Amino acid sequence: MSDALWYFARGSGVVSIVLLTIVVVLGIGSRSGKPAFGLPRFAVSLLHRNAALLAVVLVAGHVISLLFDPYAQLRLFDIVLPFAGNYRPVWQGLGTLAFDLLVAIIVTSLLRHRLGARTWRVVHWLAYLCWPVALVHGLGTGSDNGTWWLWTISIACAVTVAAAVGWRLSTGFSRFPARAERRVAPRLRKELEEVR
Amino acid sequence: MKLHVDWTACDGRGVCTELLEEVLVEDDWGFPVARDGQRSPTVPPPLEAAARQAVDRCPMLALKLRSR
Repeated sequence: MSDALWYFARGSGVVSIVLLTIVVVLGIGSRSGKPAFGLPRFAVSLLHRNAALLAVVLVAGHVISLLFDPYAQLRLFDIVLPFAGNYRPVWQGLGTLAFDLLVAIIVTSLLRHRLGARTWRVVHWLAYLCWPVALVHGLGTGSDNGTWWLWTISIACAVTVAAAVGWRLSTGFSRFPARAERRVAPRLRKELEEVR
Repeated sequence: MKLHVDWTACDGRGVCTELLEEVLVEDDWGFPVARDGQRSPTVPPPLEAAARQAVDRCPMLALKLRSR
């Protein structure tokens, strides 16, 4: 039974990072304001949300199974307080940190209509911190960190997110790249050039 | 129900025009314009669910559904 928990924790952890990778890519895709991955815009947005909620279920399973696992010896406060664990505290702490960030992102998203767009967006940017922290946690803490398959999955996830971030930073990313320039009133545009 | 667009918040991401094609159409810059030409277009009852989804999915929280 104790082994089953340990295996479940490892498996759900790996599936979580794969799902979180998909969530990050879909999030970037929905930000582009263009139909992406062969889906209309609203479908990219909904798939981003639903994949995120599925990832939360997997992460919850990952954390709860470790709470009862005799190897990890997770205490209740280890779930929220990073770097205090008994088992590989630094690597486990990264997982705790990623978990805290994920909770913040999810809760603010669920309360988005009450918090307002600006607060929601600022917290949502933490995803760019949450995802790499979760990836490093998986590579560092797991007892699978020497296996070829975990490295293959991790590298594939990293390449996918790097490509998405590259797309995000490219000039053709948003649907109307010239619109930002148009927001400046014509009579101010000359002054703006001088300031620059 | 009437659909109210907060123009200071709207960024023309185009999600609402997809979900509420019968009421909204995109202008040349991607911003939603009511097909009936009203400032706050009327949403007929069969489209209220779609309108609620558009309000929920707007990335800028620029849409509101009001009863008048």
